[in-house]
Amino acid sequence: MTQKMKLTQLTEMLQELNIESLEGVTIEGDIELNITGGGGLNPALAYALGSEISQISLHMANIGRMLGFPAEQLFASAFGMGAMPETQVPALGAAPGIQELLASKFEVSKMENWNNPIQEVTLGATSADGGSRKNTVTIGGENALPYYFDAAMPHRNYVTMDVFDMPIGMAKAVKSNYEDVINDPAEWAKKVVRDFNADMVTIHLISTDPLIKDTSARDAAKVVEDVLQAVKVPIVIGGSGNPEKDPEVLEKAAEVAAGERVLLASASLNLDYERIAKAAVEHGHVVLSWTQLEINAQKELNRKLMKQCKVPRDSIVMDPTTAALGYGLDYAYTNMERIRLAGLMGDNELTFPMSSGTTNAWGARESWMVSSPLKQDSDWGPREYRGPIWEIVTGLALSLAGNDMFMMMHPTSVQVLKEITQTLYGSIETEELDISNWVGAEV
Amino acid sequence: MKINSPLEAYKYLPGTNCAVCGEQTCMAFAAHLIDRSKKLSDCTPMLEDKFRKKLDQLQGLLAPEIRQVEIGVGEKTLKIGGDDVLYRHKLTFFNQTVLAYDVWDTMEEKDLVERVEKIRDFKKFYVGNFLTVDMVAVRCTSDDPKRFASAVKKVIETTDMPIVLCSFNPEMLKAGLEVAKDRNPLLYAANKDNWQEVAALALEYDVPVTLFAPNDLDLLKSLAKTFAEMGTEKLVLDPGTFPSGKQLKQTFNNFIKVRRAGIDGDREIAYPLMAVPLTAWMVHDDPVSASYWETVIASVFTIKYGDIMILHSIEPYAMLPELHIRDTIYTDPRKPVTVDPAMYKIGSPTKDSPVFVTTNFALTYYTVESDISSNKIDCYLWAIDTDGIGVEAAVAGGQLTAAKIKKGIESSGFSMKDDTSHNTIILPGLAARLQGDVEDETGSRVLIGPADSGRIPGWLEKNWPPKK
Repeated sequence: MTQKMKLTQLTEMLQELNIESLEGVTIEGDIELNITGGGGLNPALAYALGSEISQISLHMANIGRMLGFPAEQLFASAFGMGAMPETQVPALGAAPGIQELLASKFEVSKMENWNNPIQEVTLGATSADGGSRKNTVTIGGENALPYYFDAAMPHRNYVTMDVFDMPIGMAKAVKSNYEDVINDPAEWAKKVVRDFNADMVTIHLISTDPLIKDTSARDAAKVVEDVLQAVKVPIVIGGSGNPEKDPEVLEKAAEVAAGERVLLASASLNLDYERIAKAAVEHGHVVLSWTQLEINAQKELNRKLMKQCKVPRDSIVMDPTTAALGYGLDYAYTNMERIRLAGLMGDNELTFPMSSGTTNAWGARESWMVSSPLKQDSDWGPREYRGPIWEIVTGLALSLAGNDMFMMMHPTSVQVLKEITQTLYGSIETEELDISNWVGAEV
Repeated sequence: MKINSPLEAYKYLPGTNCAVCGEQTCMAFAAHLIDRSKKLSDCTPMLEDKFRKKLDQLQGLLAPEIRQVEIGVGEKTLKIGGDDVLYRHKLTFFNQTVLAYDVWDTMEEKDLVERVEKIRDFKKFYVGNFLTVDMVAVRCTSDDPKRFASAVKKVIETTDMPIVLCSFNPEMLKAGLEVAKDRNPLLYAANKDNWQEVAALALEYDVPVTLFAPNDLDLLKSLAKTFAEMGTEKLVLDPGTFPSGKQLKQTFNNFIKVRRAGIDGDREIAYPLMAVPLTAWMVHDDPVSASYWETVIASVFTIKYGDIMILHSIEPYAMLPELHIRDTIYTDPRKPVTVDPAMYKIGSPTKDSPVFVTTNFALTYYTVESDISSNKIDCYLWAIDTDGIGVEAAVAGGQLTAAKIKKGIESSGFSMKDDTSHNTIILPGLAARLQGDVEDETGSRVLIGPADSGRIPGWLEKNWPPKK
């Protein structure tokens, strides 16, 4: 058998099929079948014509198969789609193939089991609500994983920037931004709002730790008052992390901030959470429910806050713990993702917005060390660029796991994290870009 | 995977409990098939003719929802795709995102070689291994087939990493393929205009090929369907990576949609996905901004379903987070995050060697361990049971206390008094506040080490042996 077939042979083959009995069918030199007058045919004739054409196409397909083309696949797919194949036949000798893209419609379903919304929580209170904040911040309310098409995300992500009540050790790249305000929490708070676009401010009362300065709760409360005076955004009040001292410190702070709807950080299972919860309820604040990378502990603490301490659902935010990129972020990410998915699927002990101590990223040596301590490593490059991106990627990962609010430290990190989360949220407009020929782009 | 219980897989196995696979019973083997920790080919009796039909059936049932595609040859072969779940905690993600960094054929040859060497040699030690990147993407920017072929040749001579050949012009791709055909390169890309010719190349050279349909999932699916009909399922799908604004949001959702449809069983679109964070460079002029934004986009699509990506920045501040976020997402969540609490000997410690305390959180432990051992320090390293929580958090959360440390010492059978000449414990810098308590509890002297174990060598120089 020869691999080539001449047009004359094809004509002969068609003649054997009594092709001359078909009017209106001509075969041209480039092997195109033209069928004319289809609309004017009577049904019987059309049926006969259809039958003949099908016979022809079968023979043609056999020719195709002789030439090595998998015609049966073409037929299967064509009829599967309910459309007739194009009558145009590939030019002989060309690469085997299909001449037109097979039509297809992409479809995907929305998630059916995300039908439990996340609780909305508002931080800060304006004068209308008995506070003195100029604006409030509302987080939560999601009906889907963040930025997903299944359901619009009701609120964007927010960033609260850290302020400390005394100078602390910081990575050089961070510290250089705060040297002028490091001894003045009020000025520090002003600076992060004015210069670094912080949505909120967190005042950490770390000097109250008996092992640091043991500042009294009363003195610490004065710092809180100063910060409330200095800025008009909602604030977070953090203790020192000392489980014996924190309840007292946060009680006093809650009292002087009464009506401002601050976020009290934090209630946890290893301290007297009841005192903190009570202070929040009494003075109209929100409680940060902090657990350490354990979904069941988070459920337990939330349950205790709601049932035992009578904290309203709209006054709980969770901090399931943030581990830095390279230092357990895999665990922190999945813990948050599981918490959010469980909430969306109906676990009412987990349907609260989440907050991340993204600043923890600065604990990673990659963010602050001048160079790698290991000689075998490739050069780590300048640390002033390494640090902020470490904080950004840590926060970004958690934003995709469902985290709503970020406690952060470096101005560049804040700026980039806000830009990417708001881009995914859908509120950043940019000029449309044509990427259809990106390969050749000069970059 | 179409089945999810060991019982369903067990039905197809020989049921003889022959243990050739290394498991005691066929049921145990079936459980490993379901969690994908063993391969069906480990069951050699199934290769017998009489099991042929069952083997085929079971293979079909066990096949991952997302097809697995191989790029490259030999030891350097990369696998992408092969996933079965949308969330890593549901099983684990398989075949970590492949990172390809670009070179282009209008570069000076010397610069090109230097860049390929940097990509090839970049490495970072992490938890017992080096993190490295995977591929070189050669972009045709010259529109000259000879030039492209010669750039591809230079890359191949410099590294045995797998490569991506990038051009929308089939003539260029063919020129590249002629040089690289023995390396099983990935073709980039077929689009709505060139697909017939690119398909012909992919079939002729039998190589994997990327299908590119920017922000058009109908077209993407049409291309995939058409290529499958033409005889190749070695496909990678690129729904387009737009680097900013609403287009980026759309890109994000395109990735989610395609992967969800694939996992839900739409075979026609169940292929690995490609992201191109490099497009960040088309909207940022400043190289630091472009690198940052590229890293941000790379992170998003490492987390959300990108199986392979093409990147431009080879700055360490871009590559390090890219490597780490990939490791983060592809770490098997089923593997324990703790080491056994115990006294570990690093090197060959003697009575005069220092005794360091750390936690049993695997990352902390291995970080400290590698810092010590790579600096050839002989010492004892004490992993205290903190429920797998790192030092700083464990001190704050009460999992690392003086009592815990004392208990750890007692249960290890190690005696500070008899087994050391100095009776001195070195606490991590982040646990400094425990100093007094630990002294009271243990009766040993307590020194405060550095906050980061990378500084242990320098710290020892100043502080060891301890002053009497």
